[in-house]
Amino acid sequence: MQEHLETYLRMERLPHIWCPGCGNGIVLGSLVKAIHELGYDQDKTVIVSGIGCSSRAAGYMDFNTLHTTHGRALAFATGVKLAKPELKVFVLMGDGDATAIGGNHFIHAARRNMDMTAIIFNNNIYGMTGGQYSPLTPEDRRATTAPYGTIERNFDLAELAKAAGATYVARSTTYHNSLLTRLMVAAARHKGFSVVEAITACPVAYGRRNKLGDGADMLLAQKENAVTVKQAESMGKDELAGKIVIGELYQAEAPEYTELYQQIIQRAQARASKGCN
Amino acid sequence: MSQLVNMARLMQGNEAVAEGALAAGIRFFAGYPITPSTEVAEILAERLPEVGGKFIQMEDEIASMAAIIGASLAGVKSLTATSGPGFSLKQENLGYATMAEVPCVVVNVQRSGPSTGIPTAPAQGDVMQARWGTHGDHPAIALCPASVAECFDLTVRAVNFAEKYRTPVILLMDEVIGHMRERVVLPPADQVMVVDRKKPAVGPDRYYAYRPDEDGVPPMANFGEGYRYHVTGLVHDEAGNPSTNPKIAEQLIYRLHNKIDSRLDEIVAVEEMETADAEVVVVAYGGVARSARRAVKEARQAGLPVGLIRPITIWPFPEQAIHQLADRAKRFVVAEMNLGQLRGEVERVVKGRAMVTGVNRVDGELVTPAEILAAIKEVG
Repeated sequence: MQEHLETYLRMERLPHIWCPGCGNGIVLGSLVKAIHELGYDQDKTVIVSGIGCSSRAAGYMDFNTLHTTHGRALAFATGVKLAKPELKVFVLMGDGDATAIGGNHFIHAARRNMDMTAIIFNNNIYGMTGGQYSPLTPEDRRATTAPYGTIERNFDLAELAKAAGATYVARSTTYHNSLLTRLMVAAARHKGFSVVEAITACPVAYGRRNKLGDGADMLLAQKENAVTVKQAESMGKDELAGKIVIGELYQAEAPEYTELYQQIIQRAQARASKGCN
Repeated sequence: MSQLVNMARLMQGNEAVAEGALAAGIRFFAGYPITPSTEVAEILAERLPEVGGKFIQMEDEIASMAAIIGASLAGVKSLTATSGPGFSLKQENLGYATMAEVPCVVVNVQRSGPSTGIPTAPAQGDVMQARWGTHGDHPAIALCPASVAECFDLTVRAVNFAEKYRTPVILLMDEVIGHMRERVVLPPADQVMVVDRKKPAVGPDRYYAYRPDEDGVPPMANFGEGYRYHVTGLVHDEAGNPSTNPKIAEQLIYRLHNKIDSRLDEIVAVEEMETADAEVVVVAYGGVARSARRAVKEARQAGLPVGLIRPITIWPFPEQAIHQLADRAKRFVVAEMNLGQLRGEVERVVKGRAMVTGVNRVDGELVTPAEILAAIKEVG
């Protein structure tokens, strides 16, 4: 692992900014292992991120890294990938980043099915600004902007991605980090828009306010609450309440955008050359 | 349509923008439908794939701006086109392009505002937004065409400036110019000067993505070319890494300004007409400049010592040219389709040496020659 870190991280940028007990480093570690397994050329791989704690991960990674504006990472990534389809693109976002301010970009990126992998670090809270509720904060949780408890229903990120047209959707937790790595590998190998939700703990801005214990306690809660896709199949709706279903949740085949656009180019050029004759 | 080069054509302003973009090497467009700029997108949707370029209609204006920045970082010259409300939405990522020094061009075909205003009517109400629309201290380049032929020329110039100075450039049009049709003769491709971004002269191990050359502009490596570096909208050091160091912040913000401010002789352009002995100087740009030209001609025919200065570069504001005219002129008449946005700039430069008055319309109609002539005669 140390060898991977030295190859794929900008070691001079460490230590990172994340708090003690934060799971973001575990997600980053999984991603590094996944990219190593994929064998991607660092020069030909682009890591795009939004704004927030998790999006700082891009800056620590020794690739072409693009730390964008809040919520817009997928729109920047769309430009990168369409301009140069030969580049491998990973997009790192937080839960608020991807589903609140970036919600529109998220559903449309899923709909287009451009070949890239979106990794959402879901810690159920806006961490960098100090603990405000996000669209992925469950109901009746405390946040600095929900001092009496949240009353908004949360999104199910995987269902949202699937409904919007993503062709690969998976979820794991930082506790199940070897599964997380495997899912990232499978997501990247999948041709089309793939989504991996990584459940990660924010003990400082979320756990503390909701009496969920420290980072280790929150990791154990991930272990206790996780059920595999297979287990979930035989469970009823009530039994699944509060559980985290992990594994490959959805996979489908659909035409990939940049390949379709290549056909547009061929069609346009054929027509143009005909017009000239 | 290479067979049409060198032939006179009847062309719309927005169409000339699309032609200029292609001639300048734009190979990526991301946009969102909005009146009165939509023709630029429609034409490029058809034409870009013919030359191997890419067009994408994004989910909104914000995403369009983001996508052209991403494409430019990947090494493809990029442009978007919008108007009024869309230009407001572009501001967030326009600032990003300034801060991260990503070449790109934003065409804003101005329409009546504020808010949705009159979508089909011209205005020049975005002059100050083009300068100060995104937050923070930043430089701005905005070019303002007054004819269909100039739409072509200035689009090429905008792309070239963006590449040369690694900055977003705004083509500040108005609905009159965008939708007007005129006779134009497009230059053959080999007569269009095209500037490409400066490449690093050193290998990846010695490359600092934000270390400027003497001209203040850092050479730019494209994604995928072996130079791995970090791009961020945060204040960053020469390697591109985020920093909160006050000295680094100050140096960066000053450098972003200086790389533009030190090249005003290359960037700033004006057209002057009959100004040599002018006691009254009309200042007008874009669609209004056409009315102003007519008014000045008529005034001269009536024996009045009147001239016209037309800023082609709105930002940076052509201070030097106005400054020199203020030594001699008794009065400036600033005609514009807003309530005096550029007049304030003229007053700032004239510093009380001459009177400055305005001819202004905000009703979605072009200022007429008669209105400008009447304002001239008030003085004469």
